[in-house]
Amino acid sequence: MTEKTTLDSGNIELVPSRPQSNVRWDKRPFFRQKILPWVFIAPITILYVMVVIGPSISAIGYSLTDWSGIGEAEFIGLENFRKLFFEDSNFRIAFGNNLRWMIFFLSVPFILALIAASMLAPIKRGAMFLRTSIFIPYVLPSVVVVAIWRNLLSPRRGIGAWLGDRGFEQFNRAYFGNPDTALFSIAFVDNWHFWVFLLILFLTAMQSIPPELYEAARIDGATRVQEFWYVTVPGILPTLAFMLMMTAIWSFLVFDYVWLLTQGGPAGASEVLGTFLYKEAFNRFEAGYASAVGLTISTFAMLIMGFVVFLRRRGVEI
Amino acid sequence: MTALRSIFKQGREPSLVPNYIIMGVLLAFALAPILVLVFNSLKGTAEIGTNPLGPPQEIVWENFPNAWTQGNFANTMGNSAFLVVSTVTLQLALCGLAAYSLARLKPPGGNAYMVVLLVGTTIPFWLYVVPLFILWRTLGLVNNLLGLIIIYTAGGAPFAIFLLRAFMLAIPSDLEDAARIDGANEYQVFRHVILPLAWPGFLTVGLVTALGVWSEYQTALIFVTNPDLYPVTTSYTAFVGRFSRDWGLTSAAAIMMIAPVLIIFLSLQRRFIEGLTQGGVKL
Repeated sequence: MTEKTTLDSGNIELVPSRPQSNVRWDKRPFFRQKILPWVFIAPITILYVMVVIGPSISAIGYSLTDWSGIGEAEFIGLENFRKLFFEDSNFRIAFGNNLRWMIFFLSVPFILALIAASMLAPIKRGAMFLRTSIFIPYVLPSVVVVAIWRNLLSPRRGIGAWLGDRGFEQFNRAYFGNPDTALFSIAFVDNWHFWVFLLILFLTAMQSIPPELYEAARIDGATRVQEFWYVTVPGILPTLAFMLMMTAIWSFLVFDYVWLLTQGGPAGASEVLGTFLYKEAFNRFEAGYASAVGLTISTFAMLIMGFVVFLRRRGVEI
Repeated sequence: MTALRSIFKQGREPSLVPNYIIMGVLLAFALAPILVLVFNSLKGTAEIGTNPLGPPQEIVWENFPNAWTQGNFANTMGNSAFLVVSTVTLQLALCGLAAYSLARLKPPGGNAYMVVLLVGTTIPFWLYVVPLFILWRTLGLVNNLLGLIIIYTAGGAPFAIFLLRAFMLAIPSDLEDAARIDGANEYQVFRHVILPLAWPGFLTVGLVTALGVWSEYQTALIFVTNPDLYPVTTSYTAFVGRFSRDWGLTSAAAIMMIAPVLIIFLSLQRRFIEGLTQGGVKL
């Protein structure tokens, strides 16, 4: 935190000798220094507690009940969690798909973005144009990205059909309709929009690496690959580590792309925890059970963050 | 020395041709799908069948007015614009006040508050959505645009407060002290000193919030089920569901939906990118 204040800004008592009893209540130092700051903070905090904090806490209570969301809730202890972990095969399938999703997103977009950022970093002429235009997919709404790619990957008229007409029949398939390819195809579509975000983050980080380090590496006869591993990667490591952590967490929260493209199908092949929870809560009205799922998803996210904090405490520099 | 250096550089500086080639390929990967969308929006139904990927042989403009009326765009764009304007206004006002207080007024417990906010950013939507839905139903905020506005404002609050606070900390406090000596009260200091100087921060936060609200899907899907109140995202998916075979129509609708985003992004891209890449926001 870089707080720099030359004067105690809250204290405006330039004439401090006046007796307090003659000062209006809203000019008194106690009000100005202790109460007024919180008056400014209060409105957004009330909304935040109402929307995020309060419901998050009550989710813990809900998760211990059998409740449809209307009428009486029945307290059943940890029964929801027992059912979830030991009986519900849909949950297990969804969890496995989230793990696959995470493996995909911790590798493919990172490799693409690292390659592209290190290609783009030394470019001067046209850099601004390249940076701006390649970023466009990231600002498109998920519903539009999905519409674009559902057409492009359509079996009858998309890229697959075009390739099929030219003798590559193996590419002409229903990518989202086939259980073997559905999840991977959705991840591909999400990634088309996501990887450029990493690219811009890595590019910004790379531009803050001192150029002397590259010159020194070149004088020492480093190849491009060595330069990348020994100068670029250490230089962007904080950004890289932070984004690996955030991407791992986001992998457990994915919903839009899966819901829009397959709704978790065919036959659960692309079910993820987000779509599973949505169905339990808003199609089957299992408010208690869905809260247990939400709590489980949050635990995964917290575990990932805890793991990173643990590494940091252990002295791993990320 | 400089001459020596330039000779040295000429010999050793690696050529950038491979860089441009690889970037060209990646740029094509990023933009070609959008180009196909533009092509398809200009084709008639017959041409889509024979030529679903290439440029249109004959340009047809009818898709745009047709999609506008059939997709009820006048209504849904109005809903989304209302959501965007209200959320941005509410968020900038409330988070601006909070950020100002945290940056300048030194509230007792301010640092603890920042830590709570930081922990808050890690709470996933899926944890609180079910209790929130039940609370909103009780309060009559389901199928109510005000309900969405409150959720969006609160959900984006940590990011907005962090970013605005950082911008305000960068303002030299001498200016505020000068205003105070001239007799300005805290509100006047905020209004006449902080706001004009921190406006790039407000613009950045406003842009990110506006883009997020315009594109938001999952909250709108859950909290607004009345088609008259649909924002552009959920109404677009309903529209695509109805006209899934008519690519010309659905592509034109998509273009109308992303046009405002692209125009604002391209004209303010530097601030946009800066805002989106700070604090690891994800859309």
